[in-house]
Amino acid sequence: MIVLFGVFLLTLMVITALAIVRTQHLFVAVILTGIFSLLMAANFFLLDAADVALTEAAIGAGISTVLFLGALALTGEHERVSSSNRLLALSVVAVTTLIVIYATFDKPHFGDPLAPVHQHVAPWYLERTPEVIDIPNVVTAVLASFRGYDTLGEVFVVFTAGIGVLFLFGARPRRKSGSPGIKVAEPGQGLRHYLIPRVVGRLLIPFILLFGLYVQFHGDYGPGGGFQAGAIVAAAFILYALLEGEAQALRVLPQRLLTGLIAGGALLYGAVGVAGMLLGGNFLDYSVLAADPITGQHIGILLIEAGVGIAVTGVLLSVFHAFAGRRRR
Amino acid sequence: MLLDIASWALLSIGGIFVFIGGVGALRMPNLYTRIHAASLTDTMGAVLIIVGIMLQAGVSLAAVKLAAILLFLLLTSPTASNALASAALLAGLRPGDTVATHEEQSE
Amino acid sequence: MALALGRALLGPSVYDRVLAANMFGTKTVLLLSVIAFLYGRPDFLDLALAYALINFIGVLAVLEFIRRRASNDTAINGIDP
Repeated sequence: MIVLFGVFLLTLMVITALAIVRTQHLFVAVILTGIFSLLMAANFFLLDAADVALTEAAIGAGISTVLFLGALALTGEHERVSSSNRLLALSVVAVTTLIVIYATFDKPHFGDPLAPVHQHVAPWYLERTPEVIDIPNVVTAVLASFRGYDTLGEVFVVFTAGIGVLFLFGARPRRKSGSPGIKVAEPGQGLRHYLIPRVVGRLLIPFILLFGLYVQFHGDYGPGGGFQAGAIVAAAFILYALLEGEAQALRVLPQRLLTGLIAGGALLYGAVGVAGMLLGGNFLDYSVLAADPITGQHIGILLIEAGVGIAVTGVLLSVFHAFAGRRRR
Repeated sequence: MLLDIASWALLSIGGIFVFIGGVGALRMPNLYTRIHAASLTDTMGAVLIIVGIMLQAGVSLAAVKLAAILLFLLLTSPTASNALASAALLAGLRPGDTVATHEEQSE
Repeated sequence: MALALGRALLGPSVYDRVLAANMFGTKTVLLLSVIAFLYGRPDFLDLALAYALINFIGVLAVLEFIRRRASNDTAINGIDP
């Protein structure tokens, strides 16, 4: 039954992917990309990977689409037809595909309990988590504690991406000097004159924020954690910016605060690591943060997830404002 | 037992509504009729399906979450359709046109 | 869901595709809730809830984009005759 769903979803994904490649109208490609991400999230969900599915749905299907649209607003809408050497590209792709398909012959069957993946590391994590960390969600335990150093790298990747975009775009959009003499409705007004979406949207924003906080702190017990929560909180503020206009949103959360959030989140993560060192353990060793090592683990995981969430929110909002705050030249 | 029958009935009817919505969205001649088909059946189908599942859940945290999903869908889905229709209207797509005539007019 | 995808691929105008994307999102939320429930994993309902909210925001973003593009065109080309 699940296999049937899975095959159905994969078929839809192939069709969507072909459509994305073939269309020349970039706006259509963006919407189809959103649908593709959603199909991928459903696929992850079928494979029982709830955390990944939540992250893919929140970021890939939601925020990415908004950011792509922001970029499209600044550039043209049709793809330039590039006439390059088709035959060479096609042959490279065909050879690579054949190699990959050949490689899959050796893979263990889907869900095989005797596969190497399930023999060495996974049972160790599953056994050690109740002893050492004692939280029900093993994914968060692995992400935040056993592999905390990798997650530190991820936070810094997100941080670097945010800083990179801010360097390229500048934190404040430059005002175009000598605007045309035609009176046009100020684009920064947002969807103000649509009354119904505005009312419903304003009603929903506190609930979205509440849900984001729930996902953040519930990450120990169910799917969730810093990345997903950061995306959801950023989505709430993006909704506010869409409804009330850019200027108002920048008054509520000024750019300096957002930059502070980006740096602060990464700093928090690093600080927890250094605190571990100062208290006598290794870098990012949470057991020494409190008298009882398990409580120390809990505190450590809570703090670094908060750091991740803050950094992700800051980066997504900064990128959104960088794109959306500029007018088309 | 009665609960099971009721929830399967609701789920099936909800599924039929959703399917009708899909067919409607594909076959209707015009944008506005498509919006009408899609959003009405979407919302009704969602209500039926989620209530069907809620009957299975009994009184539990899952039921509260399902109620929250239902509430959000009821709030957001019609709003999105309204916004879509307003946007199309403001862009000048009149309800009587098919899209082909609209594009001819703005040539 | 396949039908919605069909509309997304075919839709002659921009708004058709947005409609299809929104419909798709709602169907996915429903599908996720049903599967989450049938396979006895009520935790996954969080996922459906998150996507219901995100879908809504996505649709509004698309509409804002279209509106902004229209007003930009007017600014660059002069008032549309």
